[in-house]
Order: sequence, then C-alpha cells, then structure tokens
Amino acid sequence: MWKYRFGAFVILAVAALVGYFVYTTELPVPAPVTLTTASTTPVTATVSSRFAFKLGLDLRSGSHLVYRADTSRLELEGGDIQGAMDSLREVIEKRVNLFGVSEPIVQVEEGGVLGGGEQRLIVELPGVTDLKEATDMIGVTPLLEFKLLNPALEGLPEEELAKKTLGEAFIATPLTGRLLEKAQLVFDQTTREPQVLLKFNDEGSKLFAKLTKENVGKTLAIFLDGAPISVPVIRQEITGGTATISGGFTPTEARDLVRNLNYGALPLPIALASTQTVGASLGDEATAAGVHAGLWSFAIIALFLIIWYRLPGFLATIALAIYVALNLALFKLIPVTLTAAGIAAFILSLGMAVDANILIFERMKEELRKGRVLPDAIQEGFHRAWSSIRDSNTSSIITAVILYYFASTPMIKGFALVFFIGVVTSMFTAITASRTLLKALGVKGENKFVKALFGSGVN
Amino acid sequence: MFIVTHRKFFYILSCLVIAASVAALALWGLKPGIDFKGGSLFEVTYPDGKPEKALVEEALKPLEVDASVRPTKEQSYIIRMKDLTETEQGAVRDAVSFKGTKKIVEERFDTIGPLLGKEAVGKSFVAIALVILCIVLFITFAFRRVSLPVASWKYGIITVVALLHDVLVPIGAFAFFGHYAGYEVDTLFVTALLVVLGFSVHDTIVVFDRVRENLKVSHEVRDRKDFSTIVGDSIQQTFVRSINTSLTTVLALLVLYFIGPEITKHFSLALLIGIIAGTYSSIFIGSPLLVTVEKWQKK
Repeated sequence: MWKYRFGAFVILAVAALVGYFVYTTELPVPAPVTLTTASTTPVTATVSSRFAFKLGLDLRSGSHLVYRADTSRLELEGGDIQGAMDSLREVIEKRVNLFGVSEPIVQVEEGGVLGGGEQRLIVELPGVTDLKEATDMIGVTPLLEFKLLNPALEGLPEEELAKKTLGEAFIATPLTGRLLEKAQLVFDQTTREPQVLLKFNDEGSKLFAKLTKENVGKTLAIFLDGAPISVPVIRQEITGGTATISGGFTPTEARDLVRNLNYGALPLPIALASTQTVGASLGDEATAAGVHAGLWSFAIIALFLIIWYRLPGFLATIALAIYVALNLALFKLIPVTLTAAGIAAFILSLGMAVDANILIFERMKEELRKGRVLPDAIQEGFHRAWSSIRDSNTSSIITAVILYYFASTPMIKGFALVFFIGVVTSMFTAITASRTLLKALGVKGENKFVKALFGSGVN
Repeated sequence: MFIVTHRKFFYILSCLVIAASVAALALWGLKPGIDFKGGSLFEVTYPDGKPEKALVEEALKPLEVDASVRPTKEQSYIIRMKDLTETEQGAVRDAVSFKGTKKIVEERFDTIGPLLGKEAVGKSFVAIALVILCIVLFITFAFRRVSLPVASWKYGIITVVALLHDVLVPIGAFAFFGHYAGYEVDTLFVTALLVVLGFSVHDTIVVFDRVRENLKVSHEVRDRKDFSTIVGDSIQQTFVRSINTSLTTVLALLVLYFIGPEITKHFSLALLIGIIAGTYSSIFIGSPLLVTVEKWQKK
C-alpha cells in the first residue's frame, strides 16, 4: 500500500508542477512600453512567454488567406511544381516578414483529388484585420515572365499582329522571375533612360543563354504581371546571365520595379481563393466565453461526480483536474493552435474523460453487491472495465484521426487534434491516476461509513 | 429485460423519429453555409447604434452582391453575399459605413471561393463514409472471438444501423432549424456529426463488450441462458453507466451551448441532439437488434 501512497504522491506532485508550468507560462511578462488605446485606458504591452497558448485566428484577430497557384503552365512543361511552390512560399514569407507581422504562417497545401489537385498557398497574418492591407502586402509582388513570339506569326504585319490575343501571339518559356538573383536600377549610357538590369542565378543564366542561342533573330518579350513591357529582338546569344529591360520607365517606376523584383518575383501566378478576417473584439469575446464555459463545465461535472459517486467521485475529480493540467501543458508544448472549435473539443472531452471512471466505478459497485470485499472490488472494477475502455476509446481515436486528415479548415484540424490528445490522456488519468489514488487511501473497512463512501446515487 | 422484450416498441419509436428526419430533409433540405457553397459573410458592428436593416440593404443594393442582412447581437448585422473580390469587399465596407459617415467595427469578413466549398463538401462525405467503414472493421475485429450465436461482423453492421440513426436525427433537426430559424450547415456541423459517430460507437461498444463478457461466463458455467436474456442482462448492467457518461457529456455541452463562444453554438446544439440520439440508440436499438438478428437466424 505504501507503494501506492508513494505513487499517489508522485502523481500529485508532478500534476502540481505541470499546473504551475501552465499557470506561469500564461502570465504576461510585462514589457517596458505602455500603449494607449482609443478608449484612453492605458494598456501595458505584454510579451508572452515562449510557452503561452497559441491562439488561432478566430480567437484573436487577423487574416487567413488562401491563394490558388496557377500551375497549368508548369504542368504542360512537366516542370518542378513542388520546387516552384517552395520558392513561392519563400518569396511570400520574405515579403510578409518585411512588414513586421508577428508570427505569420505561410504554407503550401495540396488540394488533393477532391480539390482538383490544386496547389495552394495559405497565409495567416495575425493582427492584420484590414484585408486590403494584407493582400497588398502579398499581391504587389510582380510576376516576371519571358515569352517568345509565336513563330507562326513571325513576319506578320503589325496590324495583323495587333488582332491576336497575347495568349496566341506569345509562347511561354521556362524562364521566369523565379530564376532571378537580383535586379538593379541602371541608366543608359547615352540616352540617360532608366533601365532595369536583371541578373539571373546559375540555372537562369544557363536557360537564358540557351534561349537566346536557339532563337537569334526572334522576338523575346518580357512580361510583367501578364502584360508585355519590353519586346526586344534577340541579336546574339547572351551568356553573362544578365539582361536589361528598357521599357520606357520613369525613374520612379523603374525604382519600384527593382524593389519589387528584389523582394521576390513570384514564380507562379496566384489568385485569392478565400479570405477570412476576424476583428479583435470578436476573438476576445470568443476566448473569454470559451474559458468560462470550460470552468463551468469542470465545476458541474465535478459536482455530479462527487454527489453520485462520493469518495471515488472525489478522487475522479482530482484525476480530472490532473487531466486538465496535462492537456493544457501538452497544448503548450506540442504546440497546439487553439481555435474556438478546439476549446469546444476540450470541453467535450471533459465530459467524455470521466467515462472511464464511471465505467470502473459502476463495475466496482456491482462487484461489491456480489459480496466481494472492497479491495477486491476495486481490483475487479478496474480489471473488468479495461476491455470496454480500450475498445471504445479506440473508436474515438479512429474518428479523431480521420477528422484530422479530412479537415478542410484550420478550425476543424484544431478540433481533431485536441480531441485526440484528450482521448489519449484521459486513458492515463482516468485509469492510472485514479487507481493509484484509490489504492493509496488503503480503505479496507467493512463498516457502514466506508460502505456509504463507496456507495453511489441513491443507495 | 424490459427493453429487450419491448424492443418492437422502441424500433417503432425510432422509425418514427427517422421518418420525421428524412421527411424534414426531403421537404426543406439543409441550408449550406458559405464554407460549402462559397460566398461571403460580413459581420459588422455599429458601436454608435445600428441603422435600420432596410437602410443597410438599400446601401448594398447598387453593388449587386446578393446581400441578405440579418441582425445579430444588439448592434451588429451579419451580411451574407456572393463570393467577393478584394475590390468588391472594399465597396461593401464603404457602403455599409455609408461612405464613412457611420462608424463600423469589422467583426469578421469571410470569403470562400466556390471551388473550395465543393472540396469541403466532398471531403465531408468521404470523412463520414470512412469513419463508418473503419468503425465496422474495428468492431468486427474487436469482437472477432465472439461468433456464437451472432457473428462478429453482424455486430459491426448493427453498429452502423445505430450510427445512421444517430446521424439522421441531428440532420433532420437541422433541416427543421434551417427552414424555421435559418440555421446553416457548415464544416463544424459535419465535425459534430463525426463526433456523434465516435461517441455513439463508444456507447454501443460498452454494451456489446458486456454481452461479450456475459456470453463467455455463461458458456463457462454452462447455464444455458438464452441469448435474449444475456443481452437483456447486459443492457441492464451497463444502463447506469451509459446514462451517466452521456449525462456528463451533455452537461458539458449544455454549458458550451449557453455560455460558450457564439461561433460554436450551433455546433454544440448538433452535438447535443446527436449524443442524446446516440445514447438512446445504443441502449434501445443496438443491443436489442442483436436479439432480433439472432431470432432471424433461428428461423
């Protein structure tokens, strides 16, 4: 029995430490600056701990943007879509970081069979609630392409050419802004006209050399955001990996173009597919409501357990408290991004976590009724309830895993993850923790008082 | 035993409820939210008091965005529109603030393209089908040693019958709410259905597990109890537990419904309905069906 007392002590001590960790990492670290909000109440700006809860956009504020990347051209050429998407992500990340958004998320997602195999880029900008600001941040990145004049049209008179659409007249080449190393503003030696000097990276240089070598005498158009800005004729092979665009720019235009190209030219055209923005007050309200609901659920479940199951119910409440501490700590350590749905999952899991305890206690009572002595009844209760706890939780885990993989929004993903963690930890706390606590009490008594403590409900 | 002997009564009750759900679904259908059909949702608060609904509608009319304005909370409106481009979003913002003359706070502005919506619908169906399939397989596996008098795969099939019941009830309820209160069905609703599936199996398994155990005991002591008695005993022995577990979960969900975040209100309602249906089905439908199947086999 001392073994169990020691075990119980260790469990309680660890749980207390875990709880302390959860608590302290939530305390804001006061920062020296004091901000003033519109309502003129001074607010101390806070720097949160590394282990503070990560809140999803629906619980704070910000924008969630989904872009669809147009990979049709790369597909036709059998190009490296994965590579293009990766560099697209890098470029956008670079841009977003430049604007000083804290903890932005930029990630590539594949639409899968159901999404038509689309390549998507997901951008999350916490704190940015102005959609225009957000899309501007991302959208102004220029798309630079090099296209050859369709050979079938070569030599056609001007007026004939003008009738053709851009798509008919020009054929795309693999050379794009993706292969750019840097852009630079230069001025023409003689005309003083501002020009943009492009320097390609190794791959780009080789491609450019090959392209110019094979197409001497043909027209190579430079497209910016889908429109031709310069339509020079290739005079000779260019091996240096540099090209100049003289598109009749004003000095300001040229400077902006250089800056935007250097921020990163988009390797693929992108289009907005969905946007979500959440204002600050809505997020705060949702967070507060979620926390309140959590506290009340815990209190009501605890009350029910203690009234119905008495002493074991009290121990189950302690086990439930350990469950809460462990879960919250896991949310911080993994880390799990909490969404409104995630909080709902956690509250739901509070209700379900006690299921194992209820199964065990009901079984214990039955064994007591059959005339077993208390320690045996406890042993049997845990032993016999195990198979149904195992099987029923397995089905919940199956649901959680499928939900996670088929989640179409980050909200649902958050739900599935929290639900999964809840089911797994509840198996530990409801079984191991409550058994250890129960055994540590070491009650053997056969008197009425002890029986009443282990009785339940109305009998 | 009461439940097993009177199982026909419970079957009829369930059939009626399901018939009502299917009728509601056929009659009114479900109202898809923007994450399924694509579109925009703009929640806007007027901190200095909100203008008449008609005024807001009037202001949005020239933009041709198919706006439907619904009041929510005291000073807010939720405006549903077709899916908007960035420029259109700007125009909407402008119109709603009456060209900046009324102060507005943007609570949220969501736009979802129709293609993403289609994908979400597809994913939802696949996820539900996959969960059901996995559960049948799992139950067939978990009860593989039980083959007499009812084969383990039949436990799986019975579970699915119970599951369909549990899913149809909240779907019917939401068809009803959709028609009368404008409740929409979104990805969160599908999540609720999946959780109901998981929870209901959870419940059904506990009773089946008891049947499995009692069958073994009965076999060992050779008391030749008939199958319906064993199932009846098992239901009775797990009855309090089934009710209590559902009760704690229902309590948690009630709290979530009443004081939880606005955004998960419909979600917790769907869960509540589903979990109550699930508890009912695992006690009054699933296990009695075992007896029915056994009786059929004898014939």
